[in-house]
Amino acid sequence: MSELRPDLAAIAEMIADGARVLDVGCGDGVLLEYLSRTKHVDGRGIELSQVNVNACVARGLSVIQGDADADLAEYPSQVFDVVILSQTIQATRAPSRVLADLLRIGRHTIVSFPNFGHWRVRLSLLANGRMPRTRVLDYNWFDTPNIHLCTIADFVALAREAGAVIESALALGEKGATHPMRPDAWGPNLFAQGAIFLLRAG
Amino acid sequence: MAELGSPKFLRRLEAPGVDQGRAITFDRPLVLDSGRELAPLTIAYMTYGALNAAKSNVVLVCHALSLDQFVAGRHPVTGKPGWWETMVGPGKPIDTDRFFVICANVIGGCMGTTGPAETDPATGNPYGLTFPVVTIRDMVRAQAMLLDALGIQEILCVTGGSMGGMQVLQWAASYPERVICALPIATAARHSAQNIAFHEVGRQAIMADPDWRSGNYQLEGTQPSKGLAVARMAAHITYLSEAALQRKFGRSLQNRNGLSFAFGPDFQIESYLHHQGMTFVDRFDANSYLYITRAMDYFDLAADYGGVLAEAFLGTKTRFGIVSFTSDWLFPTSENKRIAHALNAAAANVSFVEIETDRGHDAFLLDEPELFAAVRGFLNSAAASRGVK
Repeated sequence: MSELRPDLAAIAEMIADGARVLDVGCGDGVLLEYLSRTKHVDGRGIELSQVNVNACVARGLSVIQGDADADLAEYPSQVFDVVILSQTIQATRAPSRVLADLLRIGRHTIVSFPNFGHWRVRLSLLANGRMPRTRVLDYNWFDTPNIHLCTIADFVALAREAGAVIESALALGEKGATHPMRPDAWGPNLFAQGAIFLLRAG
Repeated sequence: MAELGSPKFLRRLEAPGVDQGRAITFDRPLVLDSGRELAPLTIAYMTYGALNAAKSNVVLVCHALSLDQFVAGRHPVTGKPGWWETMVGPGKPIDTDRFFVICANVIGGCMGTTGPAETDPATGNPYGLTFPVVTIRDMVRAQAMLLDALGIQEILCVTGGSMGGMQVLQWAASYPERVICALPIATAARHSAQNIAFHEVGRQAIMADPDWRSGNYQLEGTQPSKGLAVARMAAHITYLSEAALQRKFGRSLQNRNGLSFAFGPDFQIESYLHHQGMTFVDRFDANSYLYITRAMDYFDLAADYGGVLAEAFLGTKTRFGIVSFTSDWLFPTSENKRIAHALNAAAANVSFVEIETDRGHDAFLLDEPELFAAVRGFLNSAAASRGVK
């Protein structure tokens, strides 16, 4: 069995056996395949890259080529137990609309993202006066797919504005360790590499 | 009620020794969408592989407009390999060591199933244009009769490209409880205006041939070969892509050093099309071509469901896999994606794969490794879900 990336393993832990799952931005399907195998979920994926989609289908996964910004609107309400948006919200054109769609489609929504409030990012901007490039976010400002980066505090504010209830929140540490956190605590916003939120519509 | 026998072919057999499949004749009428009844009805079909004890390994293949039930192996009439030889066979993506593959000639066809070239028992003459207009749904109903007669309830996978894909969608909509997974390839849930237009050109070419004789060419001992060949030539262009034509032929001349300043086939592309037209008339019936193109033109799955395609699939448990090709302009990705969107809106389980190729619509018949990988993955996962080894 392949090792699942720690943030994906943490997401997998949140999902009940046999759940109906939609993974938005499922990449090459590693999480979906893991969930199908270990949690026997009824899994579906949406993925922007056709190469990834074809790889997923060849692995026997139900994946469709699509775009979170454009294609979520057509899904009916409350048809999935869990909708996952892993490391993708910062690359969407309209994060607030995407989040609203996720909350509508799924009874639960899991969102994970890199934390732009991390002290290294803050220090890099302060010290160099240029857009930060980190190990996790290694792009130039002009060619990054991450057009809507946010801090943990920013995301919490967006989730509340969307009327979401935060059921749990995890901070992602340096070596992939995950720690439960209080959404409003200042510490994780400064020290966490990223965060995973479990939400539901309020 | 149903009588099993050997199929009768209109044409001489080029390979008389090979498996000709079976034919089953029903006396009870098939009620058609037009309101007319068809009886008796003969369905000619081929099977490959073996049905397992649980009858859970059935793969139903639906054929396209100009094809037939001879999916793999040698074709008894043409002597050529089957049209999906690359896809169906031992160890192939549709593995006949595991699956029991069935393909039936569509009604209105001309490879043993009742069609306009067959004799109308009421008159003793060929049906010709007295044959009722049939639809994609009628074709699917006939296939359901065949499966019932074979004692097969559940289909592990129904698949096919082009018009075959239309039948796949109709199967999933009409018999959702019988179809475990559906794999429509390079198709559409409705025939577009452009596609109807091309079909009409083909039909007019046939009907403009003086040897067509208002459809009575069999009785009058003629063959509208020129008209049918032109219809095939026009259609064949739509199966390819501009890029593939340019790559294969460009402006190359056919066996000459310069232009002839006449109207013989100067260019290779012209001789190629002539060849396509000529070989087609040897294996296809002109009236069948009229009827089958009409069936495709009439296809609009959403129209049966208040114009909302998603309604056709509401509550379905069937798992769908949709495949399109980037250079297919006859059944473009947008049409295939429309099906995927409707299935999403119906909360159905759907995969959608678009394959990069410059070979146009015909890509579904060709050696396309990504297509094979998608079909293999999709079918394996369906088989695993039903415990088919």
